[in-house]
Amino acid sequence: MVRIQQEDFDPGHELALLSQIGPNVGGIASFVGLVRDMAGGRPVTALTLDHYHEMSVKMLENIEAEARARWPLLGVTLIHRYGRLSPGERIVFVGTAAAHRQAALDSCSFLIDWLKTDAPFWKEETGPAGRQWVAPRKEDEERRKRWRQ
Amino acid sequence: MKILYFSWVKQRIGHGVETVTLPPSVNRTGQLREWLLDRSPGHRAALADAEVLRVARNLTYCDWEEPIADGDEIAFFPPVTGG
Repeated sequence: MVRIQQEDFDPGHELALLSQIGPNVGGIASFVGLVRDMAGGRPVTALTLDHYHEMSVKMLENIEAEARARWPLLGVTLIHRYGRLSPGERIVFVGTAAAHRQAALDSCSFLIDWLKTDAPFWKEETGPAGRQWVAPRKEDEERRKRWRQ
Repeated sequence: MKILYFSWVKQRIGHGVETVTLPPSVNRTGQLREWLLDRSPGHRAALADAEVLRVARNLTYCDWEEPIADGDEIAFFPPVTGG
């Protein structure tokens, strides 16, 4: 399940939904991404996310399908927010449900790594010095490549 | 043809969407990028360096050799930074 939205989400509620899929669910893994108040040593007072809506939906659905092809998953939840966010606010939620923990944990890690390099979102940081677009991180590309092997 | 821009590409151009009518000589994404450069100084500032840009045709990433046709939706943007 993929959702792209401006409003916040409730991780507890999302985890409860994954746990209610059925009695065959034996483990749920999740990742919640938050806005930090510092970036590269500079204070951040707000983060604004631009996105390409139709393509984001398509890419997240593709990423979900790829995870389901690689692991025996019983449930997948991907939520990504856009718009203006403050430090401490939630940006992204990845939740995976499976019969066993390894599939849930590994697929959750895979999903966030792929999402970072494939989903068309762009972060712009606001701080005392003004606004600036976040540069892509080489480590993110390396982490995504790791999953190709 | 509908063209979309995002992030600093959109900021430099001044708008996020435009509709263009292509001359017959423009039929690949790379040719489209070069053809757009002359539309305004903002277009040139945003689109001059292909190395720092990504391009998508009809919601799918593609390269600069991708064939394009009327009715396509083409998007230009920087490398993504979500998650």
